[in-house]
Amino acid sequence: MAMLEVEDLNVRFYTDDGVVKATNDLSYRIEAGERFGVVGESGAGKSVTSLALMRLIDEPGVIESGEIRFKGQNILEMDEEEMRELRGNEIAMIFQDAGTALNPSYTVGEQISEAIRYHIGLDEEAARERAIETLESVGIPSAAERYSDYPHEFSGGMQQRVVIAIALSCDPDLIIADEPTTALDVTIEAQILELLEEVATEFDTAIQLITHDLGVVAEFCDRVMVMYAGHPVEMAPVEDVYYDPQHPYTVGLMSSIPRIGDERDRLQTIPGRMPDLIEMPPGCNFHPRCPYAEESCTRMEPQLVDVETGEPADPINSDAQSAACLAHTGELTGELDYEVTVRGEDDPVGSGDAASSAGVSDR
Amino acid sequence: MSSETSQRTTERGRIRVSGFDVERVDSRDPLSSWQPDLQSEEGRGRLEYAWMRFKRNRLALFGAATIVFMVLLAVFSRPIQLPTSFPVLAGETVQPFSLAPADPANQDVITGYREPTLENLLTWPPTGLYLFGADWAGRDILSRVMYGGRWSLSIGFIAVAMALLVGIPLGSIAGYYGGKIDEIIMRLVDLLYAFPFIVLAIAVIAVLGRGYWEMILALVVVGWLPYARIIRGEILSVKENEYVTAAKALGSRDRSIIARHILPNAMAPVIVQATLSIGTTVLVAAALGFIGLGLSPASAEWGVMLNVEQDAIARGRWWAGLFPGLAIFVFVMAINLVGDGVRDAFDPQGDQTDTDTGGLR
Amino acid sequence: MSLQRFVIKRSLITIPLLLGISLLTFGMVHAIPGDPIDFITLFTELDPQTEMEIRAEYGLDQPVYIQYIDWVTSAATGDFGRSIITRDPVINEIMERLPYTLVMGIMAFGVTLATAIPTGVIAAYYRNTKIDQASRVFALLGIAIPNFLLGLLLLLIFASWLDLFPILPPTSKGILSYDMLVYTLLPAITIGTGSTALLMRLMRSSMVEELDKDYVRTARAKGLPERTVVRKHVLRNSLISVVTVAAIQVAFIISGSVVVEIVFSYPGIGRLLVDRVGNRDFPVIQAIVLLIGVAVILANFVADVLYAYLDPRIRY
Ligand SMILES: Nc1ncnc2c1ncn2[C@@H]1O[C@H](COP(=O)(O)OP(=O)(O)OP(=O)(O)O)[C@@H](O)[C@H]1O
Ligand code: SF4
Ligand SMILES: [Mg+2]
Repeated sequence: MAMLEVEDLNVRFYTDDGVVKATNDLSYRIEAGERFGVVGESGAGKSVTSLALMRLIDEPGVIESGEIRFKGQNILEMDEEEMRELRGNEIAMIFQDAGTALNPSYTVGEQISEAIRYHIGLDEEAARERAIETLESVGIPSAAERYSDYPHEFSGGMQQRVVIAIALSCDPDLIIADEPTTALDVTIEAQILELLEEVATEFDTAIQLITHDLGVVAEFCDRVMVMYAGHPVEMAPVEDVYYDPQHPYTVGLMSSIPRIGDERDRLQTIPGRMPDLIEMPPGCNFHPRCPYAEESCTRMEPQLVDVETGEPADPINSDAQSAACLAHTGELTGELDYEVTVRGEDDPVGSGDAASSAGVSDR
Repeated sequence: MSSETSQRTTERGRIRVSGFDVERVDSRDPLSSWQPDLQSEEGRGRLEYAWMRFKRNRLALFGAATIVFMVLLAVFSRPIQLPTSFPVLAGETVQPFSLAPADPANQDVITGYREPTLENLLTWPPTGLYLFGADWAGRDILSRVMYGGRWSLSIGFIAVAMALLVGIPLGSIAGYYGGKIDEIIMRLVDLLYAFPFIVLAIAVIAVLGRGYWEMILALVVVGWLPYARIIRGEILSVKENEYVTAAKALGSRDRSIIARHILPNAMAPVIVQATLSIGTTVLVAAALGFIGLGLSPASAEWGVMLNVEQDAIARGRWWAGLFPGLAIFVFVMAINLVGDGVRDAFDPQGDQTDTDTGGLR
Repeated sequence: MSLQRFVIKRSLITIPLLLGISLLTFGMVHAIPGDPIDFITLFTELDPQTEMEIRAEYGLDQPVYIQYIDWVTSAATGDFGRSIITRDPVINEIMERLPYTLVMGIMAFGVTLATAIPTGVIAAYYRNTKIDQASRVFALLGIAIPNFLLGLLLLLIFASWLDLFPILPPTSKGILSYDMLVYTLLPAITIGTGSTALLMRLMRSSMVEELDKDYVRTARAKGLPERTVVRKHVLRNSLISVVTVAAIQVAFIISGSVVVEIVFSYPGIGRLLVDRVGNRDFPVIQAIVLLIGVAVILANFVADVLYAYLDPRIRY
């Protein structure tokens, strides 16, 4: 049994404009100590997914169905009290914008130690000490003095370190990091990711890293889930996704990562925008933007299947690469004829349709 | 662990995708009739769209209907005869209807106060006489309340219209030209804002004396401030925008720049403010009437009616003041409903449940 | 240190404003054709000799700017001259009435704070529910009802029908007497109703704004109890932003007192002002208008400083 198992999670927002289907039959798992990536464009439902884990979805959102089992317990059936025990203590969260995630009118120290006092039951003094230790462990110099500084007295990168310190303060088993580096510039981003990597190893914490940057996932994660319009479209160990992506959307994301040494002058991006999650395209939601779409894509909704066998995937129990594209159930007439090459090697390391060699032989 | 990661990284940095031909998406015919959601508000005028939303707001429509009803009552309460000095139709009766059951000035001092009675509503044809009772001089209060709307409402509408005529140009000048002119106008605004609305109005009346137009002037002296601020603020923010710079480069005249680019943007906050201000103005005008600094004690202006009767009300003759008071209350309430509706119509994302004060301080 | 600098900086804006309103109140009299003495002579025949004397006493024979400087410098020491009507020093007349208005204003402020803040908080917390709707309806009613109507109705109900209060204030017993304080509740509630309606909605929107902030989500994600999240993280910040609004309340309460003092025959500054406007007693009118202007400007000043003090981010 994995530490976290999410099964058929459906979150809806009942807005004036219609029902936003923010996640649709979402299933995945995270093992203890694992680093799990969630990738997708803005609005794909990544934050909603992570807030659902904490049961922090606000009005007008509801978790309509599904199960979220944390260490075997369905957190959707817990009462408020049990839920609070979990939040901050066993599952902690790191938010995108550290500048707004910290309360401007309390010192950073207080914001760390209040959680420690509440969850671990330490007194004022002991909580302070532990908070200072945590601040040190996230690399804040002269932590003891900075304990009583206010958030606005820190730089953006330092603020994010404070947010990470809050998350680490009670030694959680799972940290959900929702785009922890999007608001930061590139050098700081690298530092923060490195820090996360370090503390995850040191504290043996599992991390669910949300990002829209596949490059970050590649560096950081063990397994990855690619989301499009509230659906998981591909899920696999990061190596597989990277060398052998099996969903056109993943490929689109990959070809739009800027890469050092890539001499193509223009980045390929996926044409169009993600649909709003109220009225989605019929069949495969991705078809209006998919280069491989055919008529059947507008009729049939592809299921997440094991790309080897074409059988429905079991993301909770199996590690097999799975994707939700009709190509894998033999319902397309054409093929996914893209290629992924590692520069310096002449042979493509993988192609879209693993079952046929047509894509490769085109070359 | 970390060495493993860095190894992965370097290897992965060299990956490239080929054959993923996005051009196909644009060149092929759409596969399904599904269309990305177009912003339905675009293309349509802002006013038109706001109006569509306003029409759906029942409370606001109810408020608007109430206002129209009260205005109609005021207009049709007694016939209107143009003064003989009027350039056209001198001395003619332009409005022959007479809905009020009695002449609002008709005294019956012998009988004096009379409690409200339904009696005259039950007779045929119903007259409604004394439905609201009679005041100290035996005058029918219903008739006076209906007729009194002519003073109270007209003061509200005229004062706000004039305030717009003062505030918008001054705000535009301040915002557009900046510099000294801006400094002078905005310091004046700051200064006048230091006084509560009614205190400033009282000060103006102290200087000008009492009377209909004096009161309107007093209300305008206070009333133009918010428009000047709104317009100036809007101009300053729009001024930064490129399209004004572009228009200037093309050599359009200053005035047309303001009119074409800036005023449409400032329209929404001005309309909201103006609507709410009508209520505030009516309230302040009635308060001035009540403290005896408004219209003459003989007039049927609602605030004045309460002023004349304040002692009688406190001592139990409640009807003498309740009905004119309710008239003010209902009107201000209706205006606020409309004002809130207008704001929501222009800014549906905004916090819908907020009651503005219309500058009431 | 920085707070000190902020106070100094903020005062630098206040001083020209104060000068400005003094100019304005002074200029008020000169906007009238003729001068106050012409007004007296409408009613009483004055021989030229006395007229000259009176003009000299009021400094009306001096150039305008000298008159202004004289007026401001003596006003700064509390000397506003003598009332044209009663011939008493203006300052005495004002000081006699001021305690009444102050007590009434403070009570009204208390009523407002005690009702508006809790109800605003509740409305925000239960936003878009029936509770919030009810508070909105109350706010609409409270803002639309003319304060003089409300005051008269309170008098009618509590003084005339229920006989709990006298109709006229027991002024003779002095402002701090029990009877007078109890009576003052009526005008205080009358004024407080409007300002409660206002402040309650402002409290609500400021609190709603805070509730939507990211750091509230952070606090919830820490697993803190909802009560702690609201009290510690939301309430404090939204109260800080409501402080600025308290200054508006001062202006609102002054406005209210002018009208409500008439309703309750209350012997305060507002009633003095209204009485003297009828008599065109300009020294008194000027003094009161100036006083009100100064009070509002100072209230704004205090609110700004308080805000800077409470919010750790604002340090200039
Ligand atoms: N409170 C809400 N009310 C209505 N719709 C919401 C709400 N919160 C999220 N949504 C909708 O849910 C969908 C998913 O949002 P989510 O925030 O999870 O996206 P995301 O993948 O995190 O994007 P980003 O990269 O921009 O953070 C969006 O379409 C959004 O419109
Ligand atoms: S199912 Fe069709 S549209 Fe969807 S990803 Fe596969 S090929 Fe593209
Ligand atoms: Mg997000």
